[in-house]
Amino acid sequence: MSDSKDLLRAPFELAYNYKRSNGPVMSKFFEALGEQKILGTKSSTGKVFSPAAEFDPDTHESLNDMVEVGPGGSIESFSWIEAPQNHHLIKEPFAFALIKLDGADSSMLHMIADCNEADLSIGTRVTAAWSETTTKRITDIKFFILEK
Amino acid sequence: MKRVAIVGYAQHPILKNAGALNEVELIMPVVHQLFNDLGISQKDIDFTCSGSCDYLQGAAFAFVEGLSAIQTNPPIKESHVEMDAAWAMYESMLKIQMGDAETALIYGFGKSSPGDLDAIISLQMDPYYISPLWPDRVSLAALQARVLLDQNVITSEQMLASVIEARANSKNNTNALITDLIDESDYLNNEMVSSPLNKLDCPPISDGSSAMIIASEEKAYEFTDHPIWIEGIDHRIESSNLGSRNLATSNTLQASMNQLNLKNIKFDVAELHTQFSHELPFLKSLLNLQDVPTNLSGGPLVGNVMMCAGLDAIGKAYESLKENQLTHGLAHATSGPCLQHNMLVHLEAQK
Repeated sequence: MSDSKDLLRAPFELAYNYKRSNGPVMSKFFEALGEQKILGTKSSTGKVFSPAAEFDPDTHESLNDMVEVGPGGSIESFSWIEAPQNHHLIKEPFAFALIKLDGADSSMLHMIADCNEADLSIGTRVTAAWSETTTKRITDIKFFILEK
Repeated sequence: MKRVAIVGYAQHPILKNAGALNEVELIMPVVHQLFNDLGISQKDIDFTCSGSCDYLQGAAFAFVEGLSAIQTNPPIKESHVEMDAAWAMYESMLKIQMGDAETALIYGFGKSSPGDLDAIISLQMDPYYISPLWPDRVSLAALQARVLLDQNVITSEQMLASVIEARANSKNNTNALITDLIDESDYLNNEMVSSPLNKLDCPPISDGSSAMIIASEEKAYEFTDHPIWIEGIDHRIESSNLGSRNLATSNTLQASMNQLNLKNIKFDVAELHTQFSHELPFLKSLLNLQDVPTNLSGGPLVGNVMMCAGLDAIGKAYESLKENQLTHGLAHATSGPCLQHNMLVHLEAQK
């Protein structure tokens, strides 16, 4: 038997290290997030998708007409997590929610924090709280908070 | 369309933690049980297709190792889907339709116990808008549950009934993982995981495997006197943009029902890939199954092997028709958050 210190070893990093292109539509969306603006895409039927969709799932048309929406909106649905897990970004009780931003017809999945479960119901008004530093990612919106 | 039949199905006992049993050791018993039951070998199989998820094993092309469970020399025609094995069955159907195969072996396998399934499922979501937020699978399901409750599509009493019935029905499946019965107070006193879903509304972390053999009409009767025909099969997916979907209904499932012309069929039994308690009353209502015995196997709430549970719904519907001399069965498989991608399979015993 060889001594364990003689065993050959190789590093194995389990990671999700793909680099992805944002493409023309989502690039505009993420650039705007860096400036604390939320954009949506508008279809020929007038429907606005935010976060910006590249195509309309009903008409299948390509979308590139960008319009500003939010930063306020109303809750379409939410799930409340009393005990966040290790991978969650927020370590205090919080909600995942579908939020229909003002001016949009579809909802954005994001988080709602700094509140209690009893404060939330479908239709409750919330507004975006921004991260201190922006990285042009969806997490530039830190989470949503109750609208004052 | 060529007629294709299911001629055999086998399921590994669903385990809470398979421990040192690796994927190959989970697959081998079910494949060999099928071969023994039918008196055949890999030489009788024209096409082999598996369903699994490399994210569960944490390595790219991990599914290739699964092939060690079957004989691949001389070389075989083989494929894999990074999906539930129900979709491996769909691909096998296409192979037979194209005339490339007369027989197909399908297997699915999954070990969820070694990792953190909630975190892993987060990584499989839309990498731009959703994955960076790390939503866990229960919270995503809970978003749909709340919409269904709010719009009175289902009631919380129906969710409770789903959980109690699943456990009562687990006696019909010797492979079920969860068999203990519960009552209303057990349910109501259970802690919320992600409100409105508590721990009992969610399926158990499960390890296991399943296998199935399908065959063309010419071959089916060589294997069995009682093939169960795949009369119709259809699958459709909704937008990956979760917030643009109407979670109170399923346009795609309705389209599949129309495509398969299910409206006038009186089903004797149904098995649905409903992983969370609210999904059962939702789909029963949507699919007009109110009076149809559904999930007599207990369904995913008593054992939910990732990448197998959809194939298991088809397998359990097949077993019900075969063992109880019934005529029409409906099976459902799903994938993605909030029932994003759905397959319906209409099974029929020989008239």
